[in-house]
Amino acid sequence: MASIREQFEIPGKMKTWAYALISVGVLSFAIGLFTKGMGTEEERAIFLGTVMYNTIFWTLVCNASMFFLCATTMAWAGWPAAFRRIPEAISTMVPIFGTITLAVLLYAVFSHNHHIYHWSVDSVVANDPILKGKAGFLNVKFFTIWSILAVALWSFLGYRMRQLSSMADEAALGGMTGAAFIKQNTVRAATFLVWFGLTVGSTIPWLWLMSLDAHWYSTMYSWYNFASTFVSGMALVALWLIYMKNKGYMEYATNEHLHDVAKFMFAFSVFWTYLWFSQYMLIWYSNQPEETVYFKHRVQGAYKGIFFLNLIINFICPLIILMKRSAKRNYTLVTFMAVLIIFGHWIDYYQQVMGSISKEHVTLGWLDFGILSFFVGVMIFGVSKALASKPLVPKHHPFLKESIIHHT
Amino acid sequence: MAKKKFVVGCFDTEDTLFPAVKKVRTAGYKIQDVYTPFAVHGLDHALGMRETSLHTAGFIYGITGTTTAVSCISWIFTKDWPLDIGGKPHFALPAWIPIMFELTVLFAAVGMVLTFCYICQIAPFVKKHHFHPRATDDLFVMVIECTDKTNTQEAEMFLQNAGAVETKTEIAEDGWWIGRYDKDEMPFDKNLTLA
Repeated sequence: MASIREQFEIPGKMKTWAYALISVGVLSFAIGLFTKGMGTEEERAIFLGTVMYNTIFWTLVCNASMFFLCATTMAWAGWPAAFRRIPEAISTMVPIFGTITLAVLLYAVFSHNHHIYHWSVDSVVANDPILKGKAGFLNVKFFTIWSILAVALWSFLGYRMRQLSSMADEAALGGMTGAAFIKQNTVRAATFLVWFGLTVGSTIPWLWLMSLDAHWYSTMYSWYNFASTFVSGMALVALWLIYMKNKGYMEYATNEHLHDVAKFMFAFSVFWTYLWFSQYMLIWYSNQPEETVYFKHRVQGAYKGIFFLNLIINFICPLIILMKRSAKRNYTLVTFMAVLIIFGHWIDYYQQVMGSISKEHVTLGWLDFGILSFFVGVMIFGVSKALASKPLVPKHHPFLKESIIHHT
Repeated sequence: MAKKKFVVGCFDTEDTLFPAVKKVRTAGYKIQDVYTPFAVHGLDHALGMRETSLHTAGFIYGITGTTTAVSCISWIFTKDWPLDIGGKPHFALPAWIPIMFELTVLFAAVGMVLTFCYICQIAPFVKKHHFHPRATDDLFVMVIECTDKTNTQEAEMFLQNAGAVETKTEIAEDGWWIGRYDKDEMPFDKNLTLA
């Protein structure tokens, strides 16, 4: 134990990068606010939509790493113990990104901009039988309460998981036995998962994203979004794991652990495609106007290129590049694929949101990348801070030995 | 098919098995195989076996399945017997993808099972010698293949020192034969007298 490096020190270069990315982000937000955010209702919608999909994407991606921890806890998987501080650190971003998301979403709902949330305008709903039928679920009051509750409970239940994990740093698990610790961990993980299922697994993507096309509906939608953010979350974990390994930390995490993380990236890329295709094919086959309206301008209109690029990046590339065992153990390839997957799903979120707000014109440009750099900067800053605030190895975690001798 | 002489050592646990495998290999004995009640992680590495190519075979079978599906359906629906189904184009790729997927899985699965059976020489009515019946229950059975120069008593002693709870020497059929256990005589000598 004595020879391992337990304490992460944030390199100066990393801080510089984080600050630079955040400044670029803030600058582009300010320029965007003055050039677009103050213009017509349509321009305002584009500006707000750009901020919206970025913040929703990063909130859900960071939340996915807590889902990963809870799901593996419920499966009694021991192998993540050696590097579990990385997903834990990523999940500390949920309260921060969640607050930004809430601010943006509540502004969008209460400004009653019908280009974004068509259903939030009372006069529109009054004359629309479909929206009237949905009003029991799709109304401003429920949206507000449920969104706040979702972010608050993700943050709180995630905090409870991390708090318990910190006990594994102290001798004798804060007075508990190993079995009591695991039981407590299981209970807390289960609580998080139930809430995760009620939000990310169903209602939150409906409310936040699907309601952009207020008339359209798809039962695949939430799972599709979950798969999207989970695979990006695993890619983010892989990136941090490789970074820490390259800096000489995380001695207990070996190629075997990276292999398993990369397996998740590979498997859930295929799972994402399965949902993508199921949603597309059912709508294509039945060919009903109220359903095909979502795909009309994406497959045949301005978003055609992005729509199919999305499929190539998120399915063909992982399928071909990550299939081989040696590829999943190769730092360079996994890094490349992780960046590509995160970018691909970011583009996916882009077309999901902007494809509904700006149907005729693809708006992808400096503003999108500027806002993205803000979130990447905050993520790098926050995660490195969280990693530095704790020992990197949960020394007394009951599954640590199992993780060290892990073998695929 | 040939009969060969084997030294068999039985181990209680994996903990004694792994060091024993290492010792036996270092001493220069040739391990024919280790028979275990369940799949033991890392044993293939300890035995120095190469990575299996079964997954490469599986990939090729899968690709074959996809190709079969695409060529078959596209020929039927565009050339041989074009039908108007709900006004969809004849080349209706989204509708074919589930079938392409299914045939990929079918070809890959069946192909890999058959390849696996071929590699391991298992099939209905094909029999292979069991070195110890408890290898299917709770014993880890290591089998050393003897050469002309192997001193079997020395080898048995070596295994016992390495932690084997039971050792024996037998002459047994190395390959497979066709027959039934309950009717056939085992084609090996049960009560071997050592020379």
